[in-house]
Amino acid sequence: MAADTDVLAGAAPQRQAMGSAPTGSRMHALYVVPTLIFNFAIILIPALLTIALAFCSWDGISAPQFVGLANFQTMFSDPVFWTALTNNIIWTVIFLTIPILMGLVAATLLLIIRRGRTFFQVVYFLPVVIATAITARVWQGMIYSPVTGVFGLANRLGIPVSNPLAGTSTALFGVATVDLWHWWGFLCVIFFAALRQVPQEQIEAARLEGATYFQMLRYVLLPGIKPTIILMMILTIIWSFLAFDFVYILTQGGPAFSSEVLSTLAYRHAFYDLDVGQAAAVALVISIFGLVATFFYVRILTREEAQ
Amino acid sequence: MRLIESRFTMIVTYVVLAIGAFIALFPIALLLLNSIKPALQITVSPLALPAPFAPENFVHAWNDARFSRTFLNSALITAITIILVCATASLSAYVLARRKIRSWQLWTFYLMATTTAPIQLFLFPLYFVYAHLGLVNNVPAVSVIYTALYSPFAVMLLRTYFLAVPRELEEAALVDGASHWQVFSQVMLPIVSPGLLTVALIIGLYSWNEFLIATTFLQKQDSVTAVVAFFLLSGQYTSDWGEIMAAALIIVLPVVVLFLFMQRRFIEGMAGGSVKG
Repeated sequence: MAADTDVLAGAAPQRQAMGSAPTGSRMHALYVVPTLIFNFAIILIPALLTIALAFCSWDGISAPQFVGLANFQTMFSDPVFWTALTNNIIWTVIFLTIPILMGLVAATLLLIIRRGRTFFQVVYFLPVVIATAITARVWQGMIYSPVTGVFGLANRLGIPVSNPLAGTSTALFGVATVDLWHWWGFLCVIFFAALRQVPQEQIEAARLEGATYFQMLRYVLLPGIKPTIILMMILTIIWSFLAFDFVYILTQGGPAFSSEVLSTLAYRHAFYDLDVGQAAAVALVISIFGLVATFFYVRILTREEAQ
Repeated sequence: MRLIESRFTMIVTYVVLAIGAFIALFPIALLLLNSIKPALQITVSPLALPAPFAPENFVHAWNDARFSRTFLNSALITAITIILVCATASLSAYVLARRKIRSWQLWTFYLMATTTAPIQLFLFPLYFVYAHLGLVNNVPAVSVIYTALYSPFAVMLLRTYFLAVPRELEEAALVDGASHWQVFSQVMLPIVSPGLLTVALIIGLYSWNEFLIATTFLQKQDSVTAVVAFFLLSGQYTSDWGEIMAAALIIVLPVVVLFLFMQRRFIEGMAGGSVKG
């Protein structure tokens, strides 16, 4: 996962350092202070406030009132919360399977070809660098729209397809498709980079044994990149609970809350209902899922580094 | 690496990869194609070639999304974020790469955890504090949020660059009488400058494209970023999809051109930091 080892290849020529006496290495400790100031002011302190606010009633203006577990009781009795939670779980399942499979298939196929590897990687990665707001609008207007989109054209040609964003049973999948398009190329590129690290001797040995391509996948390539796959799956779980942009832009959680996810629900509570306590309670639920996954993520990363 | 020589397999492989490329390029092609079409023609067919061309889409998009102003906001936010992140993260990364004792591992752990924390965990109190301090609609103040958000990623990435520098280099400079600060600024920074460039590119991309925080903290017409201006344009000000796609192209074009020129750096950087945009 680390940056390439050839980073030094293009390094600038080292200049000779000149000057005064050493000032003591304890000064080094101060080097982290600027990063921590930003981090604490923007993330840590507001995060602690969010935890406190989850037990308060607050409209964002007047003084917060301590209400104990009332926010959680309201949240658990709200059917929209359960819809949102279910949608997040469906979202996680979709993203743990489809884009990871697409990425793996494309990455392993890239290993076979001799020409065009860079071309395909760049093309697959292109959707990743396009702003989510733009991707969302292109899909909404140029593909899904019954008036201006490809779906509308198909309708006029007699193919019965309906705008998935307009139906309560399809809206979530319509949104997920857009995020999927935006996302799978990233996984492909990551998996391909990992596959190229699989020791050549193992592949040669398997070839001498007469392994077919699928046997090669099953016994050499996939086990070889297992740590990367697991890492990406954990990150997928974390990101699935953070999904916001596409839902917010494409459906605002609708129609009838059918595509609501926890992050859009929390946002709605805070900025539309001005019920910040309720928003904080939902934010805590998102964070708990995120934290559990993060724990495993960090554990794997530190173990990888220790090796 | 060559796994299979059969011509048939090769053809199938290329066909599947080409389908993947088609999936990735199709919506982008629609964006390009319809940005130069009159609105009426789009409602007939989004797939048809433009006839007549509608270059005025770009003029309308530029004016309606107030790009002469909002592009400046985006550029300012991006530039300030890059400078703040590079300055603070290179310092932290250097220390975290050089110290091996336990408490430093704890900081590494903490920073990694913040890269995966949900924005909603800190967004709401932060917003109301910003509102109280009069910092909503303040462009540089948004850069401060981005800096906090993206610097853990930058620290983790730069750390791997610092780790690759041999210790003897620093020790030699210290023996020559350089101060610790000089070792950092005159010996280490030039060596890790490729890493700084990668960080600048990735952070620049994220700041340019960011939506959730920009749309929350910037609300006045004159303070929004180009992406938020596009979002507002397409949501409320127009239903002319030719114009909307023209606006989209204006925002995407500089990013894509930069990406095509520096694709290796982009891909390596994003893979190394594993941050979802």
